[in-house]
Formats: sequence, C-alpha cells, structure tokens
Amino acid sequence: MKKTYNIEVDCANCANKMEDAAKKTEGVVNATVNFMLLKMTVEFADDADTKKIMKEVLKNCKKVESDCEIEIDE
Amino acid sequence: MNKKQKKNFIRIIASSILIAVILLLPVSEKTKFFLFFIPYLVIGYDILLKALKGIINLKPFDENFLMAVATVGAIALGEYTEGVAVMLFYQIGELFQSIAVGKSRRNISELMDIRPDYANLEIDFEKSEIKTVSPDEVKVGSIIVVKPGEKIPIDGVIVEGKTTLNTSALTGESIPREVKEDDEVLGGCINCSGVIRVRTVKEFGQSTASKILELVESASSKKSKSEYFISKFARIYTPVVCVAALTLVLIPPVVRMFILNTDALWNLWIYRALTFLVISCPCALVISIPLTFFAGIGGASSAGILIKGSNYMESLSKVRYLVFDKTGTMTKGVFEVTGVHHGIMENEKLLELAALAECYSNHPISKSLQRAYGKEIDKTRVHDVKEISGHGISAVVDGKQILAGNAKLMISEKVEFTECHCAGTIIHIAIDKKYAGHIVISDIVKPDSALAVKNLKALGIKQTVMLTGDSKRTAEKVAEEIAIDKVYSELLPQDKVSKVEELLNQKDLGENLAFVGDGINDAPVLSRADIGIAMGALGSDAAIEASDVVLMDDNPLKISKAIRISKKCMRIVYQNIAFALGVKFACLVLGALGISNMWTAIFADVGVMVLCVLNAIRVLFGKKS
Repeated sequence: MKKTYNIEVDCANCANKMEDAAKKTEGVVNATVNFMLLKMTVEFADDADTKKIMKEVLKNCKKVESDCEIEIDE
Repeated sequence: MNKKQKKNFIRIIASSILIAVILLLPVSEKTKFFLFFIPYLVIGYDILLKALKGIINLKPFDENFLMAVATVGAIALGEYTEGVAVMLFYQIGELFQSIAVGKSRRNISELMDIRPDYANLEIDFEKSEIKTVSPDEVKVGSIIVVKPGEKIPIDGVIVEGKTTLNTSALTGESIPREVKEDDEVLGGCINCSGVIRVRTVKEFGQSTASKILELVESASSKKSKSEYFISKFARIYTPVVCVAALTLVLIPPVVRMFILNTDALWNLWIYRALTFLVISCPCALVISIPLTFFAGIGGASSAGILIKGSNYMESLSKVRYLVFDKTGTMTKGVFEVTGVHHGIMENEKLLELAALAECYSNHPISKSLQRAYGKEIDKTRVHDVKEISGHGISAVVDGKQILAGNAKLMISEKVEFTECHCAGTIIHIAIDKKYAGHIVISDIVKPDSALAVKNLKALGIKQTVMLTGDSKRTAEKVAEEIAIDKVYSELLPQDKVSKVEELLNQKDLGENLAFVGDGINDAPVLSRADIGIAMGALGSDAAIEASDVVLMDDNPLKISKAIRISKKCMRIVYQNIAFALGVKFACLVLGALGISNMWTAIFADVGVMVLCVLNAIRVLFGKKS
C-alpha cells in the first residue's frame, strides 16, 4: 500500500535525510521524498496502521531536521 | 516570498545594518567583540538551536552543526567579523536557494498545469440552468458546458456545438484542432471559439488531464543513478570533510612542534580547519541535480513528451539504437489509394466502379476505396454482391459484372491481368471478365518521418531499425524512402520481441536501445527494450502503462526532440556535478594551504549553489524546433 503526503522542508539535503529517516522507521517498507514537489511517498505493509506509522515517521524526521513538517491527514 | 522567507530577509537586513553600525562605532576592540554577539544571534540563532538539537539527537554531522562550530570557532579566535559574516552569507545563500527553488517549482508546475479548476454542470437544459462545480463532483454521463477560453475539465463527447480546440497543453502541438458533434474531446484542452455541450465519459480522476498529472508527479520520484550518487556522496562527504578538518587541527601543529621543533601555530591551523567546515555543506550539489531533472521533465511535458522518471531521462540520453514499428509510427497507419494503373477507362470511373462493388464491405481496403472515390455512393446501382473469401468481391454494378480483388481472384476467374511492381495492396478490376486495370492501396509514410530519421542520426544514433509485419516489398520501400538502416519484415508480434532481444545482445555496454511503437499490440516489445517510447498515446491507457516515454501526438519528430531534451538535461547534470565538486575541492585544497580563507569559502559555497540552480533552470529554455 502506497500513500503520498505533502511535506515541508527547506533544503534538498534535508529532504534526503528525511527520506533516510522514513525508510528506517518500523512499518515502512519503502519511502521516497520528492523535494521538487514537496511530497513523500511511503509504502506500507498491507494491513499497517498508516496513521500511527506516519506519526513515528514524523518523529524520526524531526530528529534529523527539526524544521520539517508532514501533513498527515486524519 | 513566503512568511518564513520574509522573516529571514528581515533578519539579514537587520544584522547587516547592525554589523555596519558596530564597525563604525568608536569603541574599543573588546567592546566590539561583545557587541558583535547581537548581530550574530539575530542572524544565527536558529542555526545554533538546530545544531544543539542535532547533538541531542546524536546526529551531529549536519550543516547547522558545522556552521555553528565554524562561526563560534572564528569568534573565539578573535576573527569575530568573519564569524558573523560567514553566518550572514550562509543565511543569504539559504534564502536565495529557497526563493529560487520555490520560484522554479512554481514555474515548472505552471508549465504542467492542465488541471481544470471547475466544471459548468448543466442542471436543466430547457432553462439553460448551469452550476459551477468542482470537476470531482461531475458524474459520468453528465452534460457539461464549455465556453470559449475555458479548459475542458473532463474527457467526453460533444453533444452540441462545434469549436476549435487548443491541445498544446497536452500535445505541445500549437495547431488548433477542429471538433464537432460526436467528436471525442479530452480534458486539459482549451476551447478556443464556440460554446460546446459535452457528455462526460469518464470521472475526473480517470480523465486524461488527471492521468497525465499523476504521471508527471510520480515521474520525478523515480530517481536516476546521478541522484542516488549525489545523495550517497552527500552522506559521506560531510563526515569526511569533518575528519579532514580534525586532522588538519592535530597533525600539522604536532608535526611542527615535535619534529620541526618550531612554533605549533595552533590558531592558524584551527582557522584553516574551520574553513574546511564552511566548505563541507553539500547543499549546492544536492539541490541542483533533482532540480535539473525536474526542470527537464517539466520542459519535456510542456512539449507533449512525458518522461516517466529521472532514470528514463538518463537512459534516453544514452540511446544509440532506435527500433521502430512501421505501421502507425513511421507511416500513418491508414490505407490510401496511391495509384490507378493500366486502366481501360478514366481513373475516376474505375475508382467509382471499385468503390461501388466494395460498398457493402467494412474492410479497411474497401473503406479507403470509398474515401478515395469521395462521393455519395448510390447503393441501388449495386446487386448480387458476393464476397469470395481471401480473393475479393464479385458484384453487379449498372448491369455489368465487376470483379474486384487480388491476383488469385483473377487467376481463378481466368482473367488475364497485368502484374504491378508497386509496394502495397493491389486490387485488380475486371468488367464482364475483361481486365480493366488495378488500383494500388498503400499505407502512407508520415510527412516528417524522413526528417525525423535524419535528425536522429545527427543526434548520434548509430543504427535505425524498422520492424514490421508487412510484406518485404512494402517494408523495404518505406525503409528506403525514409533512410532506415535495417529492416526486418513479415514478423509476427512475438518475432518482434525476439528481434529486439537479438539487437539488445549486439550493443555495447552503456548504449541503450529504444523501441518506438504506437502502443497497439506492441506492449511486450515496449517493455523489453531499454526504453519503450509510445507514440500518439493520447487517450490510450495501455500504451501509457507499458512505455517509459510517452509522446502525446504521433509526430515522429518528437522522438528526436525527446532525445535532445534528455541529452541537454544530462549535460547540465554532469556540468553541475563537476562544477560543484571542482570548486569545493579547489577550496579545500586552497584552504588547507592557507591561500583561501573563510570569506572565499563561504562565497564559494553560496556562489556555486546559485550558479548550479541557474544552470539547472536552463533546461527549460532551448531551441523551439
């Protein structure tokens, strides 16, 4: 299952760091950050609780880039 | 500028003024030292905070930390003007980057903007009541009204009215298309002249415009090798430079002290190490590569060429072998009468008889005869139509028996006939068992095919190959006409795959093979080639799915244009990599030798980034041919 989220981040390298951080989050199969479109596409396992995982992803991203933001829709 | 950028802009202005004022104040050096903390904190507080957070989270090697160490270090060494200035320039660079990237992001998105904002849903035709709704809300089968100047929001069929459409947003083609009742129209086209009522055939999400947008958006998420290289490089670059800086602080002074027995010059080496830290930010590199690809994909899509990923942009630039399908790619794929030979009567008359005899048939050949005849067909003149399978037709027209068909028909009916030397399908005609001449029907080569092949050769394509299921004679004639190097004819669809595989084995490493087809029944070949290019794919989902590059219209010149764009894009990518790395390494070396200082380091860092960003944007502008 793939989902795309809007993100906010200032520099391209920070976007790469966010991608790494998201990939390392548990429950995430794969993640790509598109800096030009400011979008993060996350691939989850099929029955995953995406909202919970995304909160974790955001937390990990904040660790590498405190300024970043991910729009996790309710 | 957005809110954040405005805030940073004000900070930059404020701290610049403060620095100037402090420099002019008639106070002692010591007071100045303390006063300089004010502009330093104004300009750098967020960097310092982020650096602190980085340390807490055990991720120290980020550029905030490096800038913090470098500037604090400089201040501690007494070079406080420099420390503050470096922070100031760093922030100016960041601001510029943020503005430039934001602007190009908007520009490129605008180029690709085919998303309609609203639809005029017809509620009641009698009262001509119209409601403006979001395209999402329009159900399949609804009637929408599109006025001149508006974008068609959803794919549909015209039920009333005629107009001309500007399809350039979808196809890059600037010649307007005329449409009338019962014609299909695609979302994203702009209605130029008349009001039309359209019955929608798809939901908004399934419409052409939405599909294309989705494709382009997911395109830049597929990363190329260069992008992976840069992000990997960035990951190791910063730590490596930091280690180098540390070595610079420790080794030379120790060597000086214990081996050369001279003064260690700690301050000097610390200063040089701090210069290293300023250079260690990889941002210029990391920003310019995805930006270049994004601009390339955006520029291509505005020309009606969809490249489905940065990786395909990269492979496209390395195409050396181009394999074409014939029908529908290099030829129009519609049969037309191209000649009438050996007629015993006027050509028109012969054509008329043939068209009449074939008037009950739906075969493409019959249709092309009827098209060539061009007049209304009076079916009452035709009787006793017999279709002779695999041979042709026998019919009675105006009381005379007409035989129309291939050579086999003539032989079986014992009519003496003249063989034709032309390529194509030959229809022999006999009137009351007497030979009356033959009509040649063939597929017509597209007007731009020859030029397209020539352009491709000029772009360094080593070999052009044509594959077709057609007869050898037809295939060779077309190949000769457009100067194709090699031609394989009479192939079944599965033979095309094995031919492509054969060619794939012949090419050298680093060379790519592209297959160009119209997406109809060549999906397996499209996916087998290094790059599958589908042509005239507007509205054909299967072709869009199977290919890597989609040409929105069926003009073969788009092939060379796509390759040209990819080459330019890759050239700029390599320029940026080489330039950014070159300047960084030069600065590192000069910094270690003490020739360059922190000023040049920060100028190099910010300047390289500015130039790389500007260079990336260059992809968008090019020869409009």
